[in-house]
Amino acid sequence: MAGMAPVSESFEQVAVPHLDAAYNLARWLMRGADEAEDVVQEAMVRALTYFPSFRGDNARGWILQIVRNTAYASMKLNRGAALVPIDDEESGLQLVDPGDDPEATLLRSEDRQTIEHLLARLPVELREVLVLREIEELSYKEVAAIAGVPIGTVMSRLWRARRLLADGANVEARRTG
Amino acid sequence: MSMTRECDMALLTQADFDGELDAVQAAEAERHRAGCAICQAALAELQQVRQRIRQDAPYHRAPDRLRQAVAARLATATAAAPPARRAPAGRWGRSIASFGVGAALAASLMLVILSPGRDSTLDQVVASHLRSLQPGHLEDVVSTDQHTVKPWFDGRIDFAPPVKDFAAAGFPLEGGRLDYVDNRPVAAMVYGRDKHLINLFVWPAQGAADRAPRTTQRDGYNVVDWIEGGMALWAVSDVESGQLGEFVRLWRNGG
Repeated sequence: MAGMAPVSESFEQVAVPHLDAAYNLARWLMRGADEAEDVVQEAMVRALTYFPSFRGDNARGWILQIVRNTAYASMKLNRGAALVPIDDEESGLQLVDPGDDPEATLLRSEDRQTIEHLLARLPVELREVLVLREIEELSYKEVAAIAGVPIGTVMSRLWRARRLLADGANVEARRTG
Repeated sequence: MSMTRECDMALLTQADFDGELDAVQAAEAERHRAGCAICQAALAELQQVRQRIRQDAPYHRAPDRLRQAVAARLATATAAAPPARRAPAGRWGRSIASFGVGAALAASLMLVILSPGRDSTLDQVVASHLRSLQPGHLEDVVSTDQHTVKPWFDGRIDFAPPVKDFAAAGFPLEGGRLDYVDNRPVAAMVYGRDKHLINLFVWPAQGAADRAPRTTQRDGYNVVDWIEGGMALWAVSDVESGQLGEFVRLWRNGG
């Protein structure tokens, strides 16, 4: 077995199986479908450029990291306001629009009380860890690598994201029940 | 009651819920929870939130239009600046240079588009792996001899699965059985690794081109799947991904 030629993988073999994951993440990070598609296209071109240095065996994580960074660059470029840095030490509510009263907003939008809406209202740093953990079903370690933060930060962000969702769902339950 | 973090062990409870703890830590978390109403409530709410997300949050699959756009962008990017030139003469560079990116991508896209629901095969092989761990379900033929296991499949299945043994490398063949994945009978081979088991599912890939191994996780299990020599192969195990990767490398390199 030693001495066998290493198995070559083309960029397509590595990257294309993860297009759905790439788009799903971009779609949850960006506000609209068009922006998400732009981000994925840009990310795939970047990935092709970086591909010669790709040595890992976690292609999905590699692609998602590039998608994530491309999405953040796009948000910073186009709408600086959408990126509100969050303080990981601080455990209070801090939604995208600090002037918004989350409960009032949730009650206002009774017809959009879907989990999708609740997720979309999370700050992007909380939303990304939750999407990566619950929808992509990645481990803390993988999420940390993609988001570029320590595992401890993943844990506290996940906690806050889940608590905000639970609170939002409870508001909804009180409203409809 | 809403999840609060009034308990210092809240993140431990969450890590337990997320399957991030080893057996010792998980036992500690459970012991703590037995006497902590806050963490009991937190666990219940974590479960509700997860159930809600996994039931109702859409998974946004890449639209066909995006797949085509990506294929076009990559074809252009490759034509404009072949990565092979930038790459130090490494394996990636060579493989891209020798592959028509556009054509290869189109072929891969067909495969992706034609595959049914997201990772349904992944779910099935992990479920089969779990079933196989139930008493009496592991092997139909118990043998550490590949020359016993291979003929056993003859007549029970309409293809001849490759059977290999890696006892010398620490992955002894323990037996084989018939299983069902994607509504077809498949060969399942069982390998040992210390006290852990690896299920290797094999079935004909129906003309699909060879595809390099892809590593995923599902429900705490590591899964590697690839296509080789006309066969689709799925290795599932709770051994850590490095060891499963080693097993797959051995398999691909002969044995």
